[in-house]
Amino acid sequence: MPEWNKPLPSIVGETRPYWESCRRGELVIQRCDSCNEYQFYPRGICANCWSNDIKWVKASGKGTVWTYTVTYQNRTQGFAQDVPYVLALVELEEGVKMFSNIVECIPQDVTIGLPVEVTFVQANNQVTVPFFKPSA
Amino acid sequence: MVDLRHAAAIVGIHEHATRYAPDKSELQIQGESIIKALEDAGLTKNDVEGLFTASSSIRNSGLNLADYLNMYPKYVDNTTVGGGSFEFHLSHALTAIAAGRINCAVITYSSLARSGGVSVGTGGVGRYGHPRLDPSPDSFEEIYGLTTVGLYAMIAQRHMHLFGTTSEQLAEVAVATRKHASMNPEALFRTPITVADVVNARVISSPLHLLDCCVITDGGGAVVVVSPEIARNCRQTPVWVLGAGEAVAHQGAGKRDLMYIAAKQSHQPAFEMAGVTHKDIDMAMIYDSFTITVVETLEDLGFCEKGEGGQFVSGGRIQIGGELPINTDGGGLSSNHPGMRGIFLLLEATRQLRHQFEGTPRQVPNCQLALCHGTGGALGSRHSGGTVILGRD
Repeated sequence: MPEWNKPLPSIVGETRPYWESCRRGELVIQRCDSCNEYQFYPRGICANCWSNDIKWVKASGKGTVWTYTVTYQNRTQGFAQDVPYVLALVELEEGVKMFSNIVECIPQDVTIGLPVEVTFVQANNQVTVPFFKPSA
Repeated sequence: MVDLRHAAAIVGIHEHATRYAPDKSELQIQGESIIKALEDAGLTKNDVEGLFTASSSIRNSGLNLADYLNMYPKYVDNTTVGGGSFEFHLSHALTAIAAGRINCAVITYSSLARSGGVSVGTGGVGRYGHPRLDPSPDSFEEIYGLTTVGLYAMIAQRHMHLFGTTSEQLAEVAVATRKHASMNPEALFRTPITVADVVNARVISSPLHLLDCCVITDGGGAVVVVSPEIARNCRQTPVWVLGAGEAVAHQGAGKRDLMYIAAKQSHQPAFEMAGVTHKDIDMAMIYDSFTITVVETLEDLGFCEKGEGGQFVSGGRIQIGGELPINTDGGGLSSNHPGMRGIFLLLEATRQLRHQFEGTPRQVPNCQLALCHGTGGALGSRHSGGTVILGRD
């Protein structure tokens, strides 16, 4: 496993199930049992109706590129060596958008609307990070 | 709503002309700016009752500034919502003055972004050292290498996809502001540029090129805002705060359409308060962190339809002499951008409304009404928007 030199997420109670699922290779998101709305990023309160009746559900892991940029300059350690890389907002099939990188392709292949699917990279023994790649 | 028109006026301004100040402190720049702005108004230290400031580097900015200048303000506001904080400050100062809480406020800002080597747009989350990410939203965002320019570039990319906006159209914004900068001896970059210069510059974060991005400078400034009673006795023509509106825009739990920005919410209350319409506005100061910021802001302020911003900024319309001159000091794209730029919007709008450049090409002819819109944060993630409408008698 190559050494992870990018920033790592901080994990707390309200977000721990997300990161634990990632370690198992599963992308989960939240849905409110009171109003049935999905939300992202995960939080301890329903952003729509403010109930705490939040349930974790397995996402299909499929979505499309809502928008993206090919980054040529970022001085942060771990990214400076990675340029050019694709930063994207992926719209999941469930209707919520999340930031990610589009990997396992050349940046020029990425377009808005491109179908993508989740793929996981283990950062260390505690953290696995979800990315997206063009759908097979 | 209570009629707040003519309840408060800008009577003193100062822009710290330096673009590079490695041997000054940020508090010194603020102090020097306040002193000069009060001098401009014909007021003194003892007149100041309210202190408004924002900073991304000074801890407890209002408190530390009061300490540095040995002031005891009875109203302190360090609302910090990114680069547009100062439009929020003016909005708050208007309310505080109209309510009779204070009669005289100063708004100030400074930064040493350039001499400090801060990569404001491209540094990513690590620009202030190795970061520890907040559990949310950082931990779901910064792990993917966000940059400020990237977050605007993503919006530019989708704008092009949806509306056919071109890099050449975005470049028109940079060309217009550089033309204006050529008339401003204090501007960092004054040599005129062409659309070709912009689109042939290296790409920083696609589709944005180097010249689609604002400059990084040191600098600062101050604005003095007072009640009508004080305004009548000041040295300068009062510039009235006629309308103000504030808004935020964010991810909306992953479901908001990010193509609409906070300007869409903030402009309506400002126009309603002022009792004016778009066609009454003689010039506008539009926060220009990036060229796309201007295009999106003009659309969502309602100066043109959604998707038509690219055409709107073309053909000289936003240049002095055009239908809606913007950023007549050269803007953040060419004049200065010390980390946050909202205060400079107020400074240049005030100069234009004072007819300070009368008889020179920089003056917007017969300038009676100006609109300032500050955007703070990033369009692609979360940002604030503050609209103010200013006018002279």
